[in-house]
Amino acid sequence: MKDLKSQASKNTTPGKGGLTPEIQSRIGHQLRAMYDDVVRQGVPDRFAELIKKLDAPGATPQVENDGGTNDNNGRE
Amino acid sequence: MPLTESLRDDILAAVPSLRAFAISLSGNADRADDLVQETLLRALANIDSFQPGSNLPAWLFTILRNLFRSDYRKRRREVEDAEGNYAKTLKTQPSQNAHLEFEEFRAALDKLPQDQREALILVGASGFSYEDAASICGCAVGTIKSRVNRARSKLAALLYVDGAEDFGPDETVRAVIGGSGG
Repeated sequence: MKDLKSQASKNTTPGKGGLTPEIQSRIGHQLRAMYDDVVRQGVPDRFAELIKKLDAPGATPQVENDGGTNDNNGRE
Repeated sequence: MPLTESLRDDILAAVPSLRAFAISLSGNADRADDLVQETLLRALANIDSFQPGSNLPAWLFTILRNLFRSDYRKRRREVEDAEGNYAKTLKTQPSQNAHLEFEEFRAALDKLPQDQREALILVGASGFSYEDAASICGCAVGTIKSRVNRARSKLAALLYVDGAEDFGPDETVRAVIGGSGG
């Protein structure tokens, strides 16, 4: 009951910048839809490989030996 | 701090949102990926200056934003097939109505001044706090707030006629944007 009331007044009262909450939420919606569409594509191989390659940044070419990680990415 | 395994994972985890930010800023998928690549290289080269425990995404976004800024200044924005390029990045083909609405939105976003656009994206899409957005953009929190508000007002004016009062239910908007009811 209380919710309905406040909801109704919310939707007709312009908020910051003279915008109704309805318009604000609509803009937010479209903005996030556009953005999330790219986010959902995940990490392209190009970048995964780039970061993997730069794993040992120019330092001594020591074998990865950092205590207990069992992944053998790329090597045996 | 040194590039530990977990830091590397965190950087990798930030890549999808870095790309979304870059595409939102540049309106061009190919250029956005170049920006992301340069951001990663720069981040990895300067990883020592990253403070452990501080906000990694904010740090990466700052690098990308600064790169975009200097790039932008250098070559201005080429008027390119932003929409076409952007559409290429979409996995699913949206329905015709949704697509139209999407292009309208994209075009309106492109009309915003850059300051306002980036503030709106950081706060409204990337989900940064006003404080983080302010530190990414190198300005005061109040400045970010007013940029976001101005961005919203301008978008509303561009998309929903005169903003506030004229805004009707979804069907009305769809009919206006779509031009026909089917």
